[in-house]
Amino acid sequence: MTIASDSRPRAVALQPPPPAAAPPPVRRTTRLTRNRWGYAYVAPFFLVFGAFSLFPFLYTAWVSLHRTSLSNIDGGTFIGLENYRNLLQSEFFWNAARNTLTIGVLATVPQLCMALGLAHLLNYKLRHRTFFRTVMLMPYATSIAAATLVFAQLFGRDYGLINTALEAVGLERIDWEGGTWSSQIAIAVIVTWRWTGYNALIYLAAMQSIPGELYEAAEIDGASRWKQFLHVTIPSLRPTILFTVVISTIGAVQLFGEPLLFSGNGTTSGGTSGQYQTLGLLMYQQGWSNFHIGQAAATAWAMFMIILVIVGVNAVIGRLRARADR
Amino acid sequence: MSVSRRAKAMSGAALAVAVLTAGCGGGADASDEPYDPDAPVTLSIGLFGTFGYKEAGLYQEYMDLHPNVTIEETSIAQSAPYYKALQTRLAAGSGLEDIQGLEIGFIADIVTNHADAFADFSRTDDAAEVEQTFYDWKYDQATTEDGRVLGLGTDAGPQAMCFRKDLFAQAGLPTDRAELGRMWSDWDGYLDVARQYQASPTRPADSAFVDSPASIFSSAVYQGDLAYNDEEGNPIPDSSDGVETAWSHASEAAADDLTAGLDQFSDEWNSAFANGAFATVACPAWMLGYITTQLGDGGAGLWDVAPLPGQSEQASNWGGSWLGVPAGGEDQEAAMALVEWLTAPEQQIKMFTREAHFPSSPVAAEDPQVADATSDYFSGAPIGRLFGESAANIRRTPIGPYDTQIQEAFTTALSDVATRGTAPDAALDDALKAAGQATGG
Repeated sequence: MTIASDSRPRAVALQPPPPAAAPPPVRRTTRLTRNRWGYAYVAPFFLVFGAFSLFPFLYTAWVSLHRTSLSNIDGGTFIGLENYRNLLQSEFFWNAARNTLTIGVLATVPQLCMALGLAHLLNYKLRHRTFFRTVMLMPYATSIAAATLVFAQLFGRDYGLINTALEAVGLERIDWEGGTWSSQIAIAVIVTWRWTGYNALIYLAAMQSIPGELYEAAEIDGASRWKQFLHVTIPSLRPTILFTVVISTIGAVQLFGEPLLFSGNGTTSGGTSGQYQTLGLLMYQQGWSNFHIGQAAATAWAMFMIILVIVGVNAVIGRLRARADR
Repeated sequence: MSVSRRAKAMSGAALAVAVLTAGCGGGADASDEPYDPDAPVTLSIGLFGTFGYKEAGLYQEYMDLHPNVTIEETSIAQSAPYYKALQTRLAAGSGLEDIQGLEIGFIADIVTNHADAFADFSRTDDAAEVEQTFYDWKYDQATTEDGRVLGLGTDAGPQAMCFRKDLFAQAGLPTDRAELGRMWSDWDGYLDVARQYQASPTRPADSAFVDSPASIFSSAVYQGDLAYNDEEGNPIPDSSDGVETAWSHASEAAADDLTAGLDQFSDEWNSAFANGAFATVACPAWMLGYITTQLGDGGAGLWDVAPLPGQSEQASNWGGSWLGVPAGGEDQEAAMALVEWLTAPEQQIKMFTREAHFPSSPVAAEDPQVADATSDYFSGAPIGRLFGESAANIRRTPIGPYDTQIQEAFTTALSDVATRGTAPDAALDDALKAAGQATGG
């Protein structure tokens, strides 16, 4: 849609002023003919988008209005918005929403702060700089499943390395998976480990485009390295920070693989009392453990709405700040 | 533009469906022709996990007996993704193999919701004889209310109680399986032994009596008249006697710290086998293979097998599968003949001796090759007799489509009691809510 509305005026502008007598239908045909290769080039994307994004998207909305099971997906009974009403009244949904929020905060905030710090350090002239930058991106290149399985073993209650280490320094063992905070922190650690390097590289790229004169000027004014970081680097990175916040938030709302695999035996309940069940995991449990596809579809749409709201709020905040800066 | 394109796509899909339906119709017509047992035929079998027919050489044996038959097996490791794929194929009405493996976890769903999709074994010429070869509870679980039989049983999971002889000896408890069987003739007796173990000053300090409250719950729940469902197969987890008794025993064990509080089949549980962190575990026949894999050769002689508590009154089954034939396939008769052969007592005996799958047929279980079998790995336990007695004492408990999910709700809540000290009553509420969430909607 946006592409079409962008390109149309430009196409008009490129044309010589049309003779006043020419009837409109002819003009339209000409324009379509002139642009047909453009349509042909964008068609594959939109076909694939339609088949694998738009159609499932609308189909999910349709399914969410039905009571239906996986083995009878087209034969459910229409129940209107009942799935949504049940969802809002379900304590499982609110529990999952709360967990998603706390794990999201636990994972995103330290992750982005650490990424900023790391990027700042890597922005200095270091020996083996490329090596450090590559190493930082390696967790991102690891599969979620492999990383989570290893972390789940590290966080094991009886035979986990972390508890062995805690015991060695005289502390109590922690039932990482059993506790509410401990399990959420453990999952946040996995997420942080995986995404910090990725965000650091994005910050680093943005930092390198900050003009050196700004730092020189700040130095002449007597600003310390820390002050430079606070008053030159961070303001210049603001759009990038907003971008990473949005991306990490979307990732946090969709968090699924880590809590699923963290339990170690494939259960979808997210811990013995659902202490680390996220919205993504709840949706999976409804759809693929309990086979209530309608419910799962409603949860999926609720997640989408939450993401829309969060992105909207972020955008408004970004715009307000930009206006305030001006 | 986009609307018309979608309309075209949808009409294309509709056409495809029409073609597929026509294809199925054609298949049904073909099967109206008299069945020629000697015509060349290729049969495909869709399975999950370790049915073990290929490994036991039974396909080859059948193909040698029937040179016109070619058997092709497709198998995936886990039953959960297999079931999901089966459901989508049932929904689409296409993509099914000539023979499909059906597991205890979803046979009730097939019986309740997809009976028409499978061929009826009660209408074959020798149906009455075939029925006689199976345990009645096994045969019944694949039978619909109006008497259609949708699959024939492969293996069964009669339960016993496995115990670590060395840990029992260290704790000063008897290690004789018959004596233990008498001591835990019911679950109260079992919990008494558990308390003695717990109180023993000489037991290894980091070991618990039982791996998980789930060991107690999942076996005891099927010893009631009803487990998770009423006679019609409707879920009634809040009012069944099986759940009530099983919960009281299992939550008592969990609250009194008699369990290691492990989630069964988790990594920690697997490691705990090797570390000797628990002294007993409920043992369906197939669990012997699992323990052997976990411990390897070094574990020989550590474990032994005793009867399940309460078994003399009513035993308990965990697991087991069936083979079903999707209806309307071109080779339905040939496929049904193969299923009958694979599940016949002679073949079940071979599956026991070659792959250690316990038969779902009393004829096979009473055969000396099975009944007299002992296991050196499990301290010479007479496993054939132990599991045979257990299987003979299983009564039919109605099963339902949501048994797996309901059971998970209960065992999860029990873990909560064991690991987080949640009060059993509060945990029961949680379990019932989670069960309601699973069955509702």
